[in-house]
Amino acid sequence: MTGVATSAARQRPPAFPAHWTSRIAWIGLALYTIYATSILNVTWERFIKGLENGEKFLSRMFPPNIEPDKLSLISDGMIESLQIAVLATFFGILLSLPLGLAAARNLSPGWLSWTARAMIAVFRSFHPVIVAILFVKAVGFGALAGVMALIISGMGFVSKLFAEVVEEMNPKQVEAVRATGASFFNLLIMAVAPQVMARFVGLTVYQFDSNIRNSTMVGIVGGGGIGAPLFTAYQRFDYDVVLTILLIIIAIIMAAELMSGRIRRVFQ
Amino acid sequence: MTPVNTRRWVRFTPAERISRSLLYVVTVVAVVWSIKTIEVIPEFLYDAPEQAADLFRRMWPFDWAFYPKAIHDALIETLHIATLGTILALILALPLSFLAARNFTSNPILNTFAQFVFVSSRSVNSLIWALLFVAIFGPGALSGVLSIAFRSIGFVGKLFGEALEEAQRGPIEALTAAGAPKSMLLVKGYWPQVEPAFWSVALLRWDINIRESAVLGLVGAGGIGVALDAALNNLYWDQVGLILAVIFVVVILTEIVTSTIRSRII
Repeated sequence: MTGVATSAARQRPPAFPAHWTSRIAWIGLALYTIYATSILNVTWERFIKGLENGEKFLSRMFPPNIEPDKLSLISDGMIESLQIAVLATFFGILLSLPLGLAAARNLSPGWLSWTARAMIAVFRSFHPVIVAILFVKAVGFGALAGVMALIISGMGFVSKLFAEVVEEMNPKQVEAVRATGASFFNLLIMAVAPQVMARFVGLTVYQFDSNIRNSTMVGIVGGGGIGAPLFTAYQRFDYDVVLTILLIIIAIIMAAELMSGRIRRVFQ
Repeated sequence: MTPVNTRRWVRFTPAERISRSLLYVVTVVAVVWSIKTIEVIPEFLYDAPEQAADLFRRMWPFDWAFYPKAIHDALIETLHIATLGTILALILALPLSFLAARNFTSNPILNTFAQFVFVSSRSVNSLIWALLFVAIFGPGALSGVLSIAFRSIGFVGKLFGEALEEAQRGPIEALTAAGAPKSMLLVKGYWPQVEPAFWSVALLRWDINIRESAVLGLVGAGGIGVALDAALNNLYWDQVGLILAVIFVVVILTEIVTSTIRSRII
């Protein structure tokens, strides 16, 4: 520091001084990339060869297959996916309310909030597809397994964020209602709900969005929905059907995203 | 005695009230319709608790000897896939998010193009990206890295583009007034303002990608999912249980690591 102070009189310090920690971090990142690429056997020749393959793949995808029998199969699967998403969102949200409240440290006793937090951590750390595999083994193939898997992974996400929202709320209103001698249930309705409702609706809409995305995927492991015809078409190399399904999935997800934006504005 | 003020205060406009009630009705109809028409085989449901209990009984005790044999290498590969995929996504998304930011790029066609890339990247699930890349590049880690990267472009680009649009005009104007070229505007004007947002988005996506890369192996895109798929198909539930436990530990560890880094650099 003294060197800077004495030289500052004669020479202005650079406007943008070198930032060595960040430079080292960047170099480290670059070195890691090279190392990991070499380990994973990700080579340029393979990439080039893949591009040739990709050309063949794309030429087999176009034009998308729109034969009526395929379309009716796809629409059945898509409707089932939507049903899975609707039910998983509805029940997932219903179950997330008590779990989120139990996990909020300002409302529930220590042992309860820790148990709830542990449950949330378990639910959250598994991808919906892995949860779906377990449910397919437990309740058999079909939409039920998909619904249950999405309920569980949705609960992990919604309860965690809901608990955070509840913890961030203003404690004064809770105290005021408690001072009137209100029961715990009244406390929830009069002090907690008005403060957290708007955020909760936002979470619900977001979860519906993400459930639609995931309900197209649980079918790959037998959880019902559009994933099953998609995976079958893929394994039979019917890439034109795959393309049709993908286009429909993308269109529905985009429509859902637009719709959820509208809904959020209504409940603002 | 006449009322002083006859004005009635209402919280919502009629349009708001109608759209809210309509939404409630639509929700109820959707749920009822789904329950009524979804195909569920009730016989499967009756013995579900039994089946679930059986599942967990078969998982315990874990087949610990399986860890050094097959899980460890697959786990390392999963971590590499997630990290490399995130890095590739950052490299690809960075220029696109500059195109998407309306205060940096004033050409609406370019803005729309970048937004279109983001939306299509996000609409296709990483598992479906993996299906496509396995068909093109064959099974293995390369497909995994590419599918993680392509799924993440939309996420990173959207959030980082929004951060760019919130950047303050002041430093940019000062640099422009000093005659700085556009590249320096980028490096010394925008980047210092959005760097925290960049790292926080990158860490968030890395955290998500660790989770996602664990399942890519189910369709052949490398990583621990390949081991999981094999164990599932062979009905070695004690190995499945061990793999799930390993995934759980890794996910919790990455969460701890990312939250530590985040609190340190942001």
